[in-house]
Amino acid sequence: MKIKHVIVFIGGIFFGFGLAFGGMAKQEIVLSFLQLKDLGLLLLLGGSAAVTAVTINVIPKILKKPVLGGVFKKRKRTLTQRTIIGAIIFGVGWGLSGLCPGSAMASLGVGNLPSLIGIGGMFLGAYIMGRYFT
Amino acid sequence: MYILNITFNEKPYFKGNLIIYSMFPLGFYPYIIGGIIIGVGVSIIYIATGLHATQSSFFDTTLSFFSKRPYFLQKQYLDSRGWRLTFALGVLLGAFLYTITLATEGFFTTSVEWWRLAIGGFLVGFGTRLSKGCTSGHGISGLASLSTTSLFAVITFITVGILTALFVQNLGVLP
Repeated sequence: MKIKHVIVFIGGIFFGFGLAFGGMAKQEIVLSFLQLKDLGLLLLLGGSAAVTAVTINVIPKILKKPVLGGVFKKRKRTLTQRTIIGAIIFGVGWGLSGLCPGSAMASLGVGNLPSLIGIGGMFLGAYIMGRYFT
Repeated sequence: MYILNITFNEKPYFKGNLIIYSMFPLGFYPYIIGGIIIGVGVSIIYIATGLHATQSSFFDTTLSFFSKRPYFLQKQYLDSRGWRLTFALGVLLGAFLYTITLATEGFFTTSVEWWRLAIGGFLVGFGTRLSKGCTSGHGISGLASLSTTSLFAVITFITVGILTALFVQNLGVLP
């Protein structure tokens, strides 16, 4: 096992711990946000994006390259119809199930086993997209 | 509220301000602290490796272990499938560690019906791969990269998510 994978695993542990701490591993909490009963998840998104924004925008100015080598990847996405149509379809699925990809993985960790059904659906949906719509 | 097992939330300090209290019945702390921990995780990975730790690509890259379709066998998927699987397992373990340390109620099982998880999950898988990002890809990494593409995607999926959840609720389907 490479050191890179160890670091990614540790980062993932923080990620999952934070998701569970913020309640996202529970569909009920996600749905209470989407039903506008509790806007707290905006703080979770804002907090995580703010910390990440500082890292992504400041660290490459201090370090020439990542600590383990390689390059600081830039996230490049072009706005197309697929971006928006995909986001609409994702939104419908999110509002129906209370699951998104990250929260689904975290929800397994809190013992929320029905989420396996959702993860199965996600793999199928991703397969159909990659098989027939590319 | 039916779920109150978030810590640090016994006495919201804004007690008395009913408008804010009604918008944040569980308080600010679990959400802000949770968000910061997530950001630290993404940051550790970025500083060490330069990679954007996001979740939904995990489905495509993991499918490359099983499918021979050219789309799933593209180089960037084969190159990243190992660390993306590692990341997903880390997320699972992190949530487990939270549950056995800080969670006051212990393990949790949702009461959302299986058909909502199945159909919703399918749409989430399809939509996030069509859009090339999810709540972590567009939401965290994309917004943090100051990407307008991701901003439009985030506004779209949150708006549609809210409309869908309210619609389903109004049909009398709970929670």
